[in-house]
Amino acid sequence: MAEKSKIAVCWLASCAGCDEAIVDLNEGVLQVAEAVDVVFWPVALDFKYSHLESLGDQELALGVLHGSVRNSEQEEVAKLMRKKSKVILAFGSCACFGGTPGLANFRSKEDIFEWVYRDAPTVVNPDGRFPQTKTRVNENVLTLPEFYDHVYTLEQVIDVDYYLPGCPPPPDLVRNAINAVISGDLPPKGSTLAQRTALCDTCPRNKTKPERIEITAVRRIHEVEADPETCFLAQGIICMGFATRGGCGETCIGVNTPCRGCFGPVPGVDDAGAKALSALSCLVKAGQYGEPRKLMESIDDPAGYVYRFSQPSSILGRKRRERHV
Amino acid sequence: MSKKITINPITRLEGHGKIEIFLDDDGKVEDAFWQVVELRGFERFCVGRPAEEMTRIAPNICGVCPSAHHMAATKALDALYGVDPTPTARLIRQLEYNAFVIEDHYIHFFFLAAPDFVVGPDAPPAARNILGLIDKVGTETGLKVIEVRKRNREIIKYIFGKAPHPEGGLPGGVPRRITEDARKWIKETADFTVAFARFALQLFKDTVLGNKKYLEMVQSESYKLKTYYMGLVDENKKVTFYDGRVRVTDPQGGEFALFDPQDYIEHIGEWVEPWTYVKLTHLRKIGWKGLSAGDETSLYRVGPLARLNVAEGMSTPLAQKEYEEMFDTLGGRPAHNTLAMNWARLICALQAAEHNQLIADDPSLTSRDIRNMDLRLRREGVGCVEAPRGTLFHHYKTDRNGILTMVNLIVATQHNAAPICLSVKQAAQEFVRGADVKEGLLNRVEMAFRAYDPCLACATHALPGTFPFAVHIRDKNGRILNRLARREITA
Repeated sequence: MAEKSKIAVCWLASCAGCDEAIVDLNEGVLQVAEAVDVVFWPVALDFKYSHLESLGDQELALGVLHGSVRNSEQEEVAKLMRKKSKVILAFGSCACFGGTPGLANFRSKEDIFEWVYRDAPTVVNPDGRFPQTKTRVNENVLTLPEFYDHVYTLEQVIDVDYYLPGCPPPPDLVRNAINAVISGDLPPKGSTLAQRTALCDTCPRNKTKPERIEITAVRRIHEVEADPETCFLAQGIICMGFATRGGCGETCIGVNTPCRGCFGPVPGVDDAGAKALSALSCLVKAGQYGEPRKLMESIDDPAGYVYRFSQPSSILGRKRRERHV
Repeated sequence: MSKKITINPITRLEGHGKIEIFLDDDGKVEDAFWQVVELRGFERFCVGRPAEEMTRIAPNICGVCPSAHHMAATKALDALYGVDPTPTARLIRQLEYNAFVIEDHYIHFFFLAAPDFVVGPDAPPAARNILGLIDKVGTETGLKVIEVRKRNREIIKYIFGKAPHPEGGLPGGVPRRITEDARKWIKETADFTVAFARFALQLFKDTVLGNKKYLEMVQSESYKLKTYYMGLVDENKKVTFYDGRVRVTDPQGGEFALFDPQDYIEHIGEWVEPWTYVKLTHLRKIGWKGLSAGDETSLYRVGPLARLNVAEGMSTPLAQKEYEEMFDTLGGRPAHNTLAMNWARLICALQAAEHNQLIADDPSLTSRDIRNMDLRLRREGVGCVEAPRGTLFHHYKTDRNGILTMVNLIVATQHNAAPICLSVKQAAQEFVRGADVKEGLLNRVEMAFRAYDPCLACATHALPGTFPFAVHIRDKNGRILNRLARREITA
């Protein structure tokens, strides 16, 4: 009997929601376990890094990595996985584009540390101490990984073969991706394993989208009783569906909640946020001189909408990136 | 010559961390540390964003307990906007929240904790996991575990769209009503879950309590820690998840404090140690007394056992019986037995399931009145829930447009961080003698933190959690003498 293909799943700066997404295959997990040999998966299996290190180069048919890269340890693990895997799949929005934790790139590490360890109202820190990479406690030395001043996407650290977006990726796409690797029926390297069109194309509210959307006032979701069938943009509610790749199953839209862009940009777009913002500005009513500008300025925190999942993959902050990677 | 053992990555938990064990010249454990090696900064990067977006961002703190962050954020928005959810909205939220407590407790018990008991603490690492567990208990039982998780996550998805990262919590309401058709399958799921919860407790009693060796472990001094406890209680001081007041009891079981969540700052302090990224919470009124348990401590624990310790009972009948049986077996309340957290977890899941049976029968569940739009921005709000791993606080302040100016979060694994250090040290002192340690004994050290079901992603919302476990043994100069990073596990 031929030996089963080996796969490994590993987290970087991740929330473990992507692990849950794999467990959400339900009975399918047992089928995967039948078909392949899962040799490393820290959330579920007791194998340590040394086991991963003991494998031969490219011994893994598939290495699944979720989470962005925020510290040196994650960078090392990503590189180790690359070395051991024939195919690397960037799994989930954080690995693909940086994810919501990438919003931290709008803040410096010092700003974050000062709040967390000094200024938050519950902090009791009379000596003003901060976590250190090296601390001596009595005679003993304790170490912590050094945190980068920046959140990176996976492809900024290692070569990536395929991308599976979503926060987290939905079960049907997870199943398809794993099956594609097992059967060897893979698209060209660099492909995103999801549809190529925008969410609007498959959105159930598409039929209510006017020929030409004209936003006359921007409304926030908690202020209004949003109609459950009408296009959000037509209601003046910011929805990122027009600038976001589809394939998520419209789960947010289904509970009357607008898209925030977890599937990333449609093919051919380099900077998801800049593109979305420019497109959005075309949707506001032209009106009198200065009116569109006023309308755009009425959007609180535009960066938080258009870069919700993609700041690290944007052209913003690229200068800093060079320091570490 | 002093030596050091490092366990990295620690496994079968959520997030990244490591354990350092220092040995004295005789090879005895001199000290041990459980370190959280990550931080993300959610509290800081959410400032400047619209407050209502917190129900969309905060769940990303943790993919295992996103429903807890989603609900705490939603309730903080209620407080921020001075609005009460409609009775139906409240019921729907409770239904979803109970379903979440159930699926979360079972993923911990069956996927993370139970392999140590059912497959065995000394079983080869390759078998000590959910698949090994299914081999042992049979596929039929395995499929039931998968089904109970799947069906309860269907409830979460129905109400809030997705199970990892629910969406749509709104101040004063919920985004979607429940139809009469949905009520039917929700009721079936609740009935199925109560039956499963009783089965799970029986399985625990048969395999753990019925095995003298395991029962001794649960009762042994090496897995006992005398601390204060904290948890939410309802108006009858019974266990509650969605809403309540915070009760703190002392190491003897007496009431130390009972307060409204909005007053949390008076009661909770976060101590900073330079060797870990997680802040160590303690009772502010006592003050920081260092990393020590006992009558003089200021440390408290949260989570399933803490909930049962602080409460006068469970709020549902079947769970109440189990509560009584547990304290009878453990010799009364409070129980300081760390491994009994696994038992208490199953009792909490039973209460959540029984509660969902009641909700499924409530006539008002299907009302269309799911939002209270009477919003009056008060510019400050605290939201608190009893998360599966313990009490969770979200505290927001905004400007006059509802844009966040301050976010402070206190999460369950933070409350437990200092006690976990102590439990790990205790287990290490019991099981580790010299640098040449058997893997199964190191696993017993891991069992000490695993009982807490720590979530390092949450604990380090300030940095994201990855929590690996490997063990290094070093001499005083830091030279690695032996590596036990589960290298022997390849078998």
